[in-house]
Amino acid sequence: MLKYTIKRIIQGIVTVWFIATVTFIAMHSVPGDPLTGERGMSEEIRQNLEQKYGLDKPILEQYIIYMGNMIKGDFGISFTQQNRSVNDIIREHFPVSATLGILSIVFAALGGVLWGALTAIYRNRLPDVVVMFLVIFGISVPSFVIAAMSQLILVNINTSFGFSILPVAGWGTISHMLVPSLVLGLGTMAFLTRLMRSSMLEVVNADYIRTAYSKGLPAQRIFLKHQLRNAILPVITVIGPAIASITTGGFVVELVFAIPGLGRFFVQAVQQLDYTVIMGTTVFYGAFLVFMVIIVDLIYGLVDPRVRLE
Amino acid sequence: MFKKMKETEETFAQVAGKQLLILTLLSFTGLAGLMIFLSWASNLFSDNNQRVGAIDLDSKTITLLLGSEPPQLDSTRTTDSVSIMILGHVMEGLLRYDENNNIVAGVAEEWNIHDNGATFWLRDDARWSDGKPVTARDFVFAWKTALKPETASEYSFILYPIKNAEAINTGSMNIEELGVKAIDDFTLEVTFERPLAYFEELVAFPTYNPIREDFFNSTSGRYGADAIELIYNGPFMMSVWVHGAHVKLDKNPYYWDNERIKINSIDMPYMTSDAATTINLFRDGKIAMIGALGSEQLDTALRERWKLLRTSDGGSWFTVFNFKDDKITSNWNLRKALQLSSDSSELVNKIIKLPGYIPSESLFPVWLKGTNGSFRQEHPATKIKPNLELAKQYLKKAKEELGIEGNISLTILVDDSPGSSKQAEYFQNLYSTKLSIDVKIDKQIFKQRLAKMRAGDFDIALYGWGPDFNDPLTFGELFASWNPNNNGSFFNEEYDKYVRISQTSLNKEERMQAFAKQQEILINEVALIPNYERGVVYVKDRRLEGLVRRVVGPDPDFTNVFINEAL
Repeated sequence: MLKYTIKRIIQGIVTVWFIATVTFIAMHSVPGDPLTGERGMSEEIRQNLEQKYGLDKPILEQYIIYMGNMIKGDFGISFTQQNRSVNDIIREHFPVSATLGILSIVFAALGGVLWGALTAIYRNRLPDVVVMFLVIFGISVPSFVIAAMSQLILVNINTSFGFSILPVAGWGTISHMLVPSLVLGLGTMAFLTRLMRSSMLEVVNADYIRTAYSKGLPAQRIFLKHQLRNAILPVITVIGPAIASITTGGFVVELVFAIPGLGRFFVQAVQQLDYTVIMGTTVFYGAFLVFMVIIVDLIYGLVDPRVRLE
Repeated sequence: MFKKMKETEETFAQVAGKQLLILTLLSFTGLAGLMIFLSWASNLFSDNNQRVGAIDLDSKTITLLLGSEPPQLDSTRTTDSVSIMILGHVMEGLLRYDENNNIVAGVAEEWNIHDNGATFWLRDDARWSDGKPVTARDFVFAWKTALKPETASEYSFILYPIKNAEAINTGSMNIEELGVKAIDDFTLEVTFERPLAYFEELVAFPTYNPIREDFFNSTSGRYGADAIELIYNGPFMMSVWVHGAHVKLDKNPYYWDNERIKINSIDMPYMTSDAATTINLFRDGKIAMIGALGSEQLDTALRERWKLLRTSDGGSWFTVFNFKDDKITSNWNLRKALQLSSDSSELVNKIIKLPGYIPSESLFPVWLKGTNGSFRQEHPATKIKPNLELAKQYLKKAKEELGIEGNISLTILVDDSPGSSKQAEYFQNLYSTKLSIDVKIDKQIFKQRLAKMRAGDFDIALYGWGPDFNDPLTFGELFASWNPNNNGSFFNEEYDKYVRISQTSLNKEERMQAFAKQQEILINEVALIPNYERGVVYVKDRRLEGLVRRVVGPDPDFTNVFINEAL
């Protein structure tokens, strides 16, 4: 177990290094640089700026300096927000994205498991048909459409009542979190519902369920202890990557609901070619994703006795 | 037997259903608990603010939305319009723009601009937000800071008219040689590098704002990064700045002209560039204005019967050519053919279709001031009427000169915004149907488009320019051969000569004549094809009065705003 963990961590570090290097190369091969602005600069002003940010050095030297600083945990200073360090940006905005992400993933996981179980129990009957239709809808409609639609509905509700039931946008209180996290979690919830349903149906016909019946166990116990618990395993597998993708993929939802999360900085940095922020957020998210996958693999070993980690 | 099996299955479904219901209820309680915890936890990271409606009468607060986060508020390094807008509310320079866009006294009570310099007499009641007086030394410090090469200010060039400024900025002269001196606490003397007729306009620009040395040094390099890392001398001061989320401006009790300010706070608790969100917040009565409506939002605005207001952002938009020798666009006959087949009013009325946009005939927009009235009225641009027959003749000549047998092909460089894509397709269609020119659209995201322009990697490009100060020079100098924004490398000796005259002459009439000459050369040489002057359609809460929109300076300006309680 320990040996396995160490092996996975080393693999993870190599992966993160690889991500960082590829991002660095890709970023520098795009035309333009962070200093390209609407107003052209004279050579002298440009030189002042290049010197300040170390862009006048050869690219390999910049890479070595950057990697050195990264190992020390210093992601540098943002180009666009000239007085803020990338570490500050991540520290201030990741908690917001994480809050939104945790809430969405909880919504998604609970919803997915419950809906999935429901559809499996009532297979081919009305609840199954209705839920599965909604699942198809949830999977195929992208989150930016759902986000815009739900906001429009909110406005209409608020204006027809004459006061705000739920805020249309902004961040700070519970009421601000409710709709965005539901919207963000919807796709994953739909996906998990389908997964849970098929997994439940697989389990229903398993030998150990039949054994449980023949032993005369009460239905309640069979459902909870044998069916649900076993069916949940595949769901756990996908939840790790889902957490990472939800906490990192909230860009559109953050934009629509004016939420100060990290996703916005991540996307804007690419548009603005803000080298340090691109690197910082990519490496941070990359490391986060790798970490989540490792955690899930370890948990899997604990939950499923058939899996041995060596 | 069969019947019995079915019965158990039925009961199993029921039992399982019941279990599921219990689980659901449990998850809901768990979820509620989690949400309460998360909202408590997130309050640790954000501010605890009570959000009220668009306008709050009791606290005299107006609530607005910010399109983007101000990158930082150090006036020596500011470049973007959001920061300039906020700085315009929290800081005050020597001079400022009033509600009619005229230059009026700011921190300077009186001033005198003469041939080779200027003197400013500061008022003695202008104060910083900690009560200390604003002195002439604060201006000297700010200007020197902006010019230090290690500050790497992008707008340092706007200070170049001051003696030795350029040499200091490029590192070839000591900072102490700068032509500015604080004679005493309240007298500032400036020496010019060259005669200068428009210094008043420059002084209103944020790079000229004062910065207090002791405060600047106390922030250890983080001046302007946070609300507490700034000290204010304007009508407002920043009380909240949560990055990416919330900015709040409160009335500055130490501002010298406090009677002018009728509201207590400007709250901006929303930050997003999403147009739909902006309009939803306005519909929901959460924000007091939308600064600019896009074409998609216009329908909603019309449906809601909002009163549409119009203004211009001052920008002049045009097609530029690449004049490099290896580009076919360096051929005058080809450019003339394109000029004669273009029709800016068709572009504005049939393609853009947004109120407030004006088809343009010149690089110089219509709002610019001339000697007495409007520059464009005193010096009208030669109107080029679309003439397809003539255009074809010029095209034929161009083909002969260039030695091209078949169709000419051109690349048009645009950014990836929906608006410019539509315009590019219009030109593609126009030139191919009328002149049989194959046009390839090179669509690039913002930064890449700029990079390609700088590198001269285009034939023609759709381009726009916003003014820095209220003088035709801000547009005219664009096509001077030495200007870093002259992306197409346009070069004309006559033109350069007239730009020099407009930069150095102190005679107003002579300067305007020089601009008129520049306008003429640009049209005759077909250095550009004017497309439109960009308009802005906006809506505001009807109780909000005294709002000022500007083409130069902080826009929108809320300093004169008052709440009409009768409505």
